[in-house]
Amino acid sequence: MTTGWLAAEAVEVRRETPRVRTIVLDVPGWPGHRAGQHLDVRLTAEDGYQAQRSYSIASAPGERPDITVEELDDGEVSPYLAEELRPGDRIEVRGPIGGWFVWGPEDGGPLLLVAGGSGVVPLMAMARHRAASGSAVPTRLLLSSRTWEDAIYRDELADLTGRGDGFEVVHTLTREQPDGWSGYARRVDDELLREVAWPAHAGARAYVCGPTSFVESVSRGLVDLGYEPGKVKTERFGPTGG
Amino acid sequence: MGFVSRGFHGRRRDEGPEGRVPPGQYLTDGFPVLSAGPTPHTRLDEWTFTVEGGAEQARWTWDEFRALPSEDVTVDIHCVTRWSKLDTDWQGVSVDTLLDGVEHEAAYALAFCDGGYTTNVPIEDLTGGKAWVAYGYDGEPLDPEHGGPARLLVPHLYFWKSAKWVRGLQLLDDDEPGFWETNGYHLYGDPWREQRYWGD
Repeated sequence: MTTGWLAAEAVEVRRETPRVRTIVLDVPGWPGHRAGQHLDVRLTAEDGYQAQRSYSIASAPGERPDITVEELDDGEVSPYLAEELRPGDRIEVRGPIGGWFVWGPEDGGPLLLVAGGSGVVPLMAMARHRAASGSAVPTRLLLSSRTWEDAIYRDELADLTGRGDGFEVVHTLTREQPDGWSGYARRVDDELLREVAWPAHAGARAYVCGPTSFVESVSRGLVDLGYEPGKVKTERFGPTGG
Repeated sequence: MGFVSRGFHGRRRDEGPEGRVPPGQYLTDGFPVLSAGPTPHTRLDEWTFTVEGGAEQARWTWDEFRALPSEDVTVDIHCVTRWSKLDTDWQGVSVDTLLDGVEHEAAYALAFCDGGYTTNVPIEDLTGGKAWVAYGYDGEPLDPEHGGPARLLVPHLYFWKSAKWVRGLQLLDDDEPGFWETNGYHLYGDPWREQRYWGD
Protein backbone atom coordinates (compact mmCIF):
# COMPACT_ATOMS: atom_id res chain seq x y z
CA MET A 1 0.00 0.00 0.00
CA THR A 2 1.26 3.43 -0.89
CA THR A 3 1.78 5.75 2.05
CA GLY A 4 0.79 9.38 2.35
CA TRP A 5 3.60 11.96 2.26
CA LEU A 6 6.40 11.10 4.65
CA ALA A 7 9.28 13.26 5.85
CA ALA A 8 12.60 11.97 4.53
CA GLU A 9 16.08 13.08 5.51
CA ALA A 10 19.04 12.75 3.18
CA VAL A 11 21.63 10.94 5.28
CA GLU A 12 24.20 10.47 2.54
CA VAL A 13 24.74 11.58 -1.04
CA ARG A 14 27.05 9.68 -3.34
CA ARG A 15 28.26 10.75 -6.77
CA GLU A 16 27.86 7.97 -9.31
CA THR A 17 28.77 9.81 -12.53
CA PRO A 18 29.24 13.48 -13.47
CA ARG A 19 25.46 13.88 -13.86
CA VAL A 20 24.13 11.27 -11.46
CA ARG A 21 23.93 11.05 -7.69
CA THR A 22 22.52 8.52 -5.26
CA ILE A 23 20.66 9.86 -2.25
CA VAL A 24 20.32 7.63 0.78
CA LEU A 25 17.10 8.53 2.55
CA ASP A 26 16.05 7.93 6.11
CA VAL A 27 12.26 7.69 6.02
CA PRO A 28 10.58 6.94 9.36
CA GLY A 29 7.41 4.97 8.59
CA TRP A 30 8.63 3.65 5.23
CA PRO A 31 6.60 0.44 4.71
CA GLY A 32 9.25 -1.36 2.65
CA HIS A 33 9.40 -1.90 -1.09
CA ARG A 34 9.91 -4.51 -3.78
CA ALA A 35 12.73 -4.44 -6.31
CA GLY A 36 11.67 -2.34 -9.30
CA GLN A 37 9.18 -0.05 -7.58
CA HIS A 38 9.42 3.73 -7.46
CA LEU A 39 8.56 6.52 -5.09
CA ASP A 40 7.26 10.06 -5.48
CA VAL A 41 9.28 13.03 -4.31
CA ARG A 42 7.71 16.36 -3.35
CA LEU A 43 9.73 19.53 -2.90
CA THR A 44 8.35 22.73 -1.39
CA ALA A 45 9.91 26.16 -1.91
CA GLU A 46 9.80 28.91 0.70
CA ASP A 47 6.77 30.58 -0.87
CA GLY A 48 4.83 27.31 -0.87
CA TYR A 49 5.42 26.41 -4.52
CA GLN A 50 5.63 22.63 -4.91
CA ALA A 51 6.89 20.19 -7.51
CA GLN A 52 6.50 16.41 -7.58
CA ARG A 53 8.25 13.72 -9.61
CA SER A 54 8.68 9.93 -9.53
CA TYR A 55 12.03 8.16 -9.10
CA SER A 56 12.93 4.50 -9.16
CA ILE A 57 14.19 2.99 -5.93
CA ALA A 58 17.76 1.71 -6.24
CA SER A 59 18.17 -0.24 -3.01
CA ALA A 60 17.16 -3.82 -2.29
CA PRO A 61 13.98 -4.63 -0.38
CA GLY A 62 14.53 -4.47 3.37
CA GLU A 63 16.87 -1.51 3.05
CA ARG A 64 16.27 2.22 3.20
CA PRO A 65 14.87 3.59 -0.06
CA ASP A 66 17.86 5.02 -1.96
CA ILE A 67 17.16 6.94 -5.13
CA THR A 68 19.63 7.51 -7.95
CA VAL A 69 18.88 10.64 -9.93
CA GLU A 70 20.24 11.91 -13.23
CA GLU A 71 20.21 15.65 -13.79
CA LEU A 72 18.06 16.53 -16.79
CA ASP A 73 18.88 19.67 -18.76
CA ASP A 74 15.34 20.95 -18.63
CA GLY A 75 14.62 19.47 -15.23
CA GLU A 76 13.01 21.12 -12.25
CA VAL A 77 13.38 18.53 -9.50
CA SER A 78 16.34 16.50 -10.81
CA PRO A 79 18.90 19.39 -10.70
CA TYR A 80 18.01 19.94 -7.05
CA LEU A 81 18.43 16.26 -6.19
CA ALA A 82 21.50 15.72 -8.36
CA GLU A 83 23.34 18.93 -7.38
CA GLU A 84 21.88 21.05 -4.59
CA LEU A 85 20.67 18.67 -1.91
CA ARG A 86 23.12 17.81 0.86
CA PRO A 87 23.09 15.51 3.90
CA GLY A 88 20.68 16.73 6.54
CA ASP A 89 18.26 18.28 4.02
CA ARG A 90 14.68 17.13 4.12
CA ILE A 91 12.28 16.27 1.34
CA GLU A 92 8.94 14.48 1.25
CA VAL A 93 8.36 11.07 -0.28
CA ARG A 94 5.47 8.66 -0.71
CA GLY A 95 5.46 5.11 -1.91
CA PRO A 96 6.27 2.49 -2.83
CA ILE A 97 4.45 2.67 -6.17
CA GLY A 98 3.93 0.12 -8.92
CA GLY A 99 3.26 -3.60 -8.76
CA TRP A 100 4.10 -4.71 -12.30
CA PHE A 101 7.73 -3.83 -13.01
CA VAL A 102 8.97 -5.85 -10.04
CA TRP A 103 11.10 -8.94 -9.61
CA GLY A 104 11.93 -11.27 -6.75
CA PRO A 105 13.84 -14.57 -6.64
CA GLU A 106 10.50 -16.41 -6.43
CA ASP A 107 9.72 -15.16 -9.95
CA GLY A 108 12.66 -17.16 -11.25
CA GLY A 109 14.51 -16.70 -14.49
CA PRO A 110 16.69 -16.76 -16.39
CA LEU A 111 16.61 -13.03 -16.00
CA LEU A 112 17.51 -10.47 -18.64
CA LEU A 113 17.91 -6.87 -17.53
CA VAL A 114 18.38 -4.26 -20.26
CA ALA A 115 19.03 -0.65 -19.34
CA GLY A 116 19.64 2.58 -21.19
CA GLY A 117 21.52 5.09 -19.01
CA SER A 118 19.78 5.76 -15.70
CA GLY A 119 17.21 3.13 -16.65
CA VAL A 120 19.58 0.85 -14.77
CA VAL A 121 18.27 2.13 -11.42
CA PRO A 122 15.25 -0.19 -10.88
CA LEU A 123 17.23 -3.05 -12.44
CA MET A 124 20.00 -2.45 -9.90
CA ALA A 125 17.44 -2.92 -7.14
CA MET A 126 16.70 -6.32 -8.69
CA ALA A 127 20.40 -7.21 -8.98
CA ARG A 128 21.01 -6.16 -5.38
CA HIS A 129 17.96 -8.08 -4.21
CA ARG A 130 19.15 -11.16 -6.05
CA ALA A 131 22.59 -10.96 -4.45
CA ALA A 132 21.32 -10.15 -0.96
CA SER A 133 18.88 -13.07 -1.00
CA GLY A 134 21.52 -15.55 -2.20
CA SER A 135 19.56 -16.29 -5.37
CA ALA A 136 21.37 -18.18 -8.12
CA VAL A 137 18.90 -17.24 -10.88
CA PRO A 138 21.04 -16.86 -14.01
CA THR A 139 21.03 -13.15 -14.77
CA ARG A 140 22.44 -10.97 -17.52
CA LEU A 141 22.43 -7.21 -17.31
CA LEU A 142 23.03 -5.27 -20.50
CA LEU A 143 23.80 -1.62 -19.83
CA SER A 144 24.02 0.97 -22.57
CA SER A 145 25.88 4.14 -21.56
CA ARG A 146 27.28 7.04 -23.54
CA THR A 147 30.79 6.75 -22.13
CA TRP A 148 32.58 4.67 -19.49
CA GLU A 149 32.34 7.65 -17.09
CA ASP A 150 28.57 7.63 -17.59
CA ALA A 151 28.18 3.94 -16.72
CA ILE A 152 26.22 4.09 -13.47
CA TYR A 153 27.16 1.56 -10.73
CA ARG A 154 30.01 0.16 -12.84
CA ASP A 155 32.22 -0.77 -9.85
CA GLU A 156 29.42 -2.43 -7.93
CA LEU A 157 28.31 -4.28 -11.07
CA ALA A 158 31.86 -5.59 -11.45
CA ASP A 159 31.76 -6.75 -7.82
CA LEU A 160 28.44 -8.53 -8.38
CA THR A 161 29.92 -10.27 -11.42
CA GLY A 162 32.93 -11.33 -9.37
CA ARG A 163 30.77 -13.26 -6.92
CA GLY A 164 30.59 -16.07 -9.44
CA ASP A 165 26.94 -16.79 -8.67
CA GLY A 166 25.57 -16.54 -12.19
CA PHE A 167 25.40 -12.77 -12.61
CA GLU A 168 26.85 -11.34 -15.82
CA VAL A 169 27.18 -7.74 -16.98
CA VAL A 170 27.62 -6.60 -20.57
CA HIS A 171 28.38 -2.93 -21.25
CA THR A 172 27.97 -1.10 -24.48
CA LEU A 173 29.36 2.42 -24.84
CA THR A 174 27.59 4.34 -27.56
CA ARG A 175 29.50 7.61 -27.80
CA GLU A 176 33.07 7.22 -26.66
CA GLN A 177 35.15 4.26 -25.55
CA PRO A 178 38.30 4.14 -23.40
CA ASP A 179 41.58 3.13 -25.05
CA GLY A 180 41.73 -0.58 -25.52
CA TRP A 181 37.95 -1.07 -25.10
CA SER A 182 37.04 -4.49 -26.43
CA GLY A 183 33.34 -4.45 -25.55
CA TYR A 184 30.37 -3.30 -27.56
CA ALA A 185 30.57 0.24 -28.90
CA ARG A 186 27.17 0.89 -30.44
CA ARG A 187 23.51 1.29 -29.61
CA VAL A 188 21.62 -1.85 -28.66
CA ASP A 189 20.44 -3.23 -31.99
CA ASP A 190 18.86 -6.54 -32.95
CA GLU A 191 22.22 -8.19 -33.60
CA LEU A 192 23.61 -7.13 -30.23
CA LEU A 193 20.45 -8.36 -28.51
CA ARG A 194 20.70 -11.70 -30.26
CA GLU A 195 24.26 -12.08 -28.97
CA VAL A 196 23.56 -11.04 -25.40
CA ALA A 197 20.00 -12.11 -24.62
CA TRP A 198 19.13 -15.58 -23.39
CA PRO A 199 17.74 -17.66 -26.23
CA ALA A 200 13.97 -17.40 -26.42
CA HIS A 201 13.46 -21.09 -25.66
CA ALA A 202 15.04 -20.56 -22.23
CA GLY A 203 11.78 -18.88 -21.18
CA ALA A 204 13.58 -15.83 -19.87
CA ARG A 205 11.95 -12.90 -18.10
CA ALA A 206 13.07 -9.55 -19.42
CA TYR A 207 12.96 -6.12 -17.78
CA VAL A 208 13.73 -3.17 -20.01
CA CYS A 209 14.12 0.38 -18.72
CA GLY A 210 15.36 3.51 -20.42
CA PRO A 211 14.24 6.34 -22.68
CA THR A 212 11.18 5.64 -24.80
CA SER A 213 13.00 5.05 -28.09
CA PHE A 214 15.37 2.63 -26.36
CA VAL A 215 12.55 0.70 -24.71
CA GLU A 216 10.55 0.59 -27.95
CA SER A 217 13.40 -0.86 -29.99
CA VAL A 218 14.68 -3.29 -27.33
CA SER A 219 11.27 -4.67 -26.41
CA ARG A 220 10.38 -5.08 -30.06
CA GLY A 221 13.73 -6.75 -30.69
CA LEU A 222 13.12 -9.24 -27.88
CA VAL A 223 9.67 -10.12 -29.22
CA ASP A 224 11.24 -10.62 -32.67
CA LEU A 225 13.73 -13.00 -31.05
CA GLY A 226 10.78 -15.04 -29.79
CA TYR A 227 10.36 -13.66 -26.27
CA GLU A 228 6.81 -13.95 -24.97
CA PRO A 229 5.42 -10.36 -24.90
CA GLY A 230 3.90 -11.00 -21.46
CA LYS A 231 7.37 -11.72 -20.07
CA VAL A 232 8.91 -8.51 -21.39
CA LYS A 233 8.21 -5.82 -18.82
CA THR A 234 9.02 -2.23 -19.63
CA GLU A 235 9.44 1.02 -17.82
CA ARG A 236 10.22 4.30 -19.53
CA PHE A 237 11.48 7.64 -18.46
CA GLY A 238 12.44 10.83 -20.16
CA PRO A 239 10.10 13.77 -20.42
CA THR A 240 8.20 12.41 -17.42
CA GLY A 241 11.29 12.43 -15.23
CA GLY A 242 11.70 16.21 -14.91
CA MET B 1 1.39 21.55 2.71
CA GLY B 2 4.79 20.04 3.43
CA PHE B 3 7.85 21.66 4.97
CA VAL B 4 10.29 23.69 2.91
CA SER B 5 13.18 21.86 1.29
CA ARG B 6 16.27 24.02 1.80
CA GLY B 7 17.58 25.49 -1.41
CA PHE B 8 14.65 24.49 -3.60
CA HIS B 9 13.23 27.31 -5.68
CA GLY B 10 11.59 25.54 -8.59
CA ARG B 11 11.71 26.61 -12.20
CA ARG B 12 8.16 27.98 -12.26
CA ARG B 13 7.41 26.59 -15.62
CA ASP B 14 4.32 27.83 -17.33
CA GLU B 15 1.58 26.87 -14.92
CA GLY B 16 -1.04 27.13 -17.63
CA PRO B 17 -4.42 28.82 -17.76
CA GLU B 18 -6.28 28.90 -14.47
CA GLY B 19 -8.37 25.81 -13.83
CA ARG B 20 -6.80 23.71 -16.58
CA VAL B 21 -3.92 21.95 -14.79
CA PRO B 22 -4.88 19.63 -11.89
CA PRO B 23 -2.93 19.62 -8.62
CA GLY B 24 0.53 18.02 -8.71
CA GLN B 25 0.74 18.17 -12.52
CA TYR B 26 3.07 20.13 -14.81
CA LEU B 27 2.63 21.08 -18.45
CA THR B 28 4.53 19.45 -21.27
CA ASP B 29 4.64 20.13 -24.99
CA GLY B 30 5.95 16.65 -25.72
CA PHE B 31 3.92 13.49 -25.76
CA PRO B 32 5.59 11.06 -23.36
CA VAL B 33 4.96 7.34 -23.74
CA LEU B 34 4.19 4.94 -20.92
CA SER B 35 3.33 1.29 -21.20
CA ALA B 36 4.00 -1.93 -19.39
CA GLY B 37 5.33 -4.06 -22.23
CA PRO B 38 6.19 -4.27 -25.91
CA THR B 39 4.05 -2.27 -28.32
CA PRO B 40 1.68 -4.65 -30.15
CA HIS B 41 1.38 -4.29 -33.92
CA THR B 42 -2.02 -5.63 -34.96
CA ARG B 43 -2.83 -5.74 -38.66
CA LEU B 44 -5.89 -3.72 -39.59
CA ASP B 45 -7.43 -6.68 -41.44
CA GLU B 46 -7.30 -8.62 -38.17
CA TRP B 47 -8.51 -5.77 -35.99
CA THR B 48 -12.05 -5.74 -34.59
CA PHE B 49 -13.81 -3.78 -31.88
CA THR B 50 -16.25 -5.73 -29.73
CA VAL B 51 -18.82 -4.77 -27.11
CA GLU B 52 -19.56 -7.77 -24.90
CA GLY B 53 -22.00 -8.23 -22.06
CA GLY B 54 -25.06 -6.65 -23.65
CA ALA B 55 -28.15 -8.51 -24.90
CA GLU B 56 -26.20 -9.24 -28.07
CA GLN B 57 -22.53 -8.93 -28.87
CA ALA B 58 -21.68 -6.01 -31.14
CA ARG B 59 -18.62 -6.18 -33.33
CA TRP B 60 -17.05 -3.98 -35.99
CA THR B 61 -14.22 -4.68 -38.38
CA TRP B 62 -11.73 -1.85 -39.00
CA ASP B 63 -13.59 -0.76 -42.15
CA GLU B 64 -16.96 -0.90 -40.41
CA PHE B 65 -15.57 0.99 -37.45
CA ARG B 66 -14.08 3.69 -39.66
CA ALA B 67 -17.44 4.05 -41.43
CA LEU B 68 -19.12 5.02 -38.13
CA PRO B 69 -19.77 8.73 -37.53
CA SER B 70 -16.57 10.27 -36.18
CA GLU B 71 -15.88 13.36 -34.14
CA ASP B 72 -12.98 15.77 -33.83
CA VAL B 73 -12.32 16.62 -30.21
CA THR B 74 -9.87 18.97 -28.51
CA VAL B 75 -9.21 18.00 -24.91
CA ASP B 76 -6.66 18.32 -22.09
CA ILE B 77 -4.98 15.10 -20.91
CA HIS B 78 -3.38 14.32 -17.56
CA CYS B 79 -0.98 11.45 -16.91
CA VAL B 80 -0.59 10.03 -13.41
CA THR B 81 3.19 10.42 -13.85
CA ARG B 82 2.45 14.16 -13.58
CA TRP B 83 2.53 15.59 -17.06
CA SER B 84 -0.47 17.34 -18.49
CA LYS B 85 -0.90 18.39 -22.09
CA LEU B 86 -3.49 20.96 -23.14
CA ASP B 87 -5.57 21.21 -26.29
CA THR B 88 -4.74 17.84 -27.83
CA ASP B 89 -6.63 17.08 -31.06
CA TRP B 90 -8.13 13.65 -31.63
CA GLN B 91 -10.36 11.97 -34.15
CA GLY B 92 -12.52 9.03 -33.16
CA VAL B 93 -15.88 7.44 -32.56
CA SER B 94 -17.88 8.48 -29.51
CA VAL B 95 -18.52 5.62 -27.09
CA ASP B 96 -22.16 6.82 -27.18
CA THR B 97 -22.24 5.77 -30.83
CA LEU B 98 -20.75 2.36 -30.02
CA LEU B 99 -23.23 1.68 -27.21
CA ASP B 100 -26.17 3.13 -29.10
CA GLY B 101 -27.57 -0.15 -30.40
CA VAL B 102 -26.49 -2.26 -27.43
CA GLU B 103 -29.21 -3.18 -24.96
CA HIS B 104 -27.73 -3.38 -21.47
CA GLU B 105 -28.11 -2.35 -17.85
CA ALA B 106 -24.42 -2.41 -16.97
CA ALA B 107 -22.96 0.17 -14.60
CA TYR B 108 -19.29 -0.51 -15.41
CA ALA B 109 -17.09 -1.45 -18.31
CA LEU B 110 -13.74 -3.14 -18.57
CA ALA B 111 -11.83 -2.06 -21.66
CA PHE B 112 -9.65 -4.82 -23.11
CA CYS B 113 -6.67 -4.43 -25.38
CA ASP B 114 -4.00 -6.11 -27.44
CA GLY B 115 -1.19 -7.09 -25.12
CA GLY B 116 -3.60 -8.10 -22.36
CA TYR B 117 -4.00 -4.65 -20.82
CA THR B 118 -7.37 -3.85 -19.24
CA THR B 119 -8.85 -0.85 -17.44
CA ASN B 120 -12.15 -0.27 -15.67
CA VAL B 121 -14.37 2.77 -16.16
CA PRO B 122 -17.93 3.43 -14.96
CA ILE B 123 -20.44 3.56 -17.82
CA GLU B 124 -21.46 7.08 -16.82
CA ASP B 125 -17.88 8.19 -17.46
CA LEU B 126 -17.90 6.64 -20.91
CA THR B 127 -21.22 8.10 -22.09
CA GLY B 128 -22.73 11.55 -22.51
CA GLY B 129 -19.98 12.81 -24.82
CA LYS B 130 -17.18 12.07 -22.36
CA ALA B 131 -15.28 9.26 -24.10
CA TRP B 132 -14.17 8.12 -27.53
CA VAL B 133 -12.34 5.32 -29.29
CA ALA B 134 -9.73 7.45 -31.05
CA TYR B 135 -7.83 6.47 -34.19
CA GLY B 136 -6.42 9.84 -35.18
CA TYR B 137 -4.14 12.34 -33.45
CA ASP B 138 -3.45 15.79 -34.87
CA GLY B 139 -4.98 14.76 -38.17
CA GLU B 140 -2.72 11.73 -38.61
CA PRO B 141 -3.31 8.02 -37.91
CA LEU B 142 -2.52 7.29 -34.27
CA ASP B 143 1.06 6.01 -33.82
CA PRO B 144 1.38 2.46 -32.43
CA GLU B 145 3.46 3.73 -29.50
CA HIS B 146 0.65 6.10 -28.60
CA GLY B 147 -1.93 3.33 -28.83
CA GLY B 148 -2.70 2.98 -32.53
CA PRO B 149 -4.54 1.77 -34.42
CA ALA B 150 -7.09 2.86 -31.80
CA ARG B 151 -7.14 3.76 -28.14
CA LEU B 152 -9.80 4.66 -25.65
CA LEU B 153 -9.91 8.38 -24.86
CA VAL B 154 -11.41 9.33 -21.49
CA PRO B 155 -9.74 12.69 -20.95
CA HIS B 156 -11.40 13.63 -17.66
CA LEU B 157 -9.69 10.71 -15.88
CA TYR B 158 -5.93 10.04 -15.53
CA PHE B 159 -4.59 8.98 -18.90
CA TRP B 160 -3.95 5.32 -18.04
CA LYS B 161 -7.76 4.97 -18.29
CA SER B 162 -7.41 5.93 -21.97
CA ALA B 163 -6.30 2.39 -22.78
CA LYS B 164 -3.96 1.95 -25.72
CA TRP B 165 -4.55 -0.68 -28.42
CA VAL B 166 -8.15 -1.05 -27.27
CA ARG B 167 -10.12 -3.90 -28.84
CA GLY B 168 -13.38 -3.76 -26.97
CA LEU B 169 -15.51 -3.13 -23.94
CA GLN B 170 -16.87 -5.74 -21.57
CA LEU B 171 -20.05 -4.47 -19.90
CA LEU B 172 -20.32 -5.40 -16.22
CA ASP B 173 -22.76 -5.03 -13.35
CA ASP B 174 -19.97 -4.60 -10.82
CA ASP B 175 -16.72 -2.69 -10.91
CA GLU B 176 -13.70 -4.89 -11.59
CA PRO B 177 -10.15 -3.52 -11.34
CA GLY B 178 -8.09 -3.58 -14.52
CA PHE B 179 -4.33 -3.88 -15.03
CA TRP B 180 -2.91 -0.80 -13.31
CA GLU B 181 -5.79 -0.80 -10.85
CA THR B 182 -4.61 -4.19 -9.52
CA ASN B 183 -1.02 -2.89 -9.52
CA GLY B 184 -1.38 -0.07 -7.05
CA TYR B 185 -3.25 2.59 -9.00
CA HIS B 186 -6.59 4.10 -8.06
CA LEU B 187 -9.82 2.39 -9.05
CA TYR B 188 -11.36 5.59 -10.48
CA GLY B 189 -8.52 8.06 -11.17
CA ASP B 190 -9.92 11.59 -11.01
CA PRO B 191 -6.97 13.98 -11.58
CA TRP B 192 -8.77 16.90 -9.90
CA ARG B 193 -8.98 14.89 -6.67
CA GLU B 194 -5.45 13.45 -7.18
CA GLN B 195 -6.71 9.88 -7.12
CA ARG B 196 -3.37 8.43 -8.17
CA TYR B 197 -2.86 5.38 -5.99
CA TRP B 198 -4.70 2.93 -3.75
CA GLY B 199 -6.02 4.80 -0.75
CA ASP B 200 -6.03 8.28 -2.37
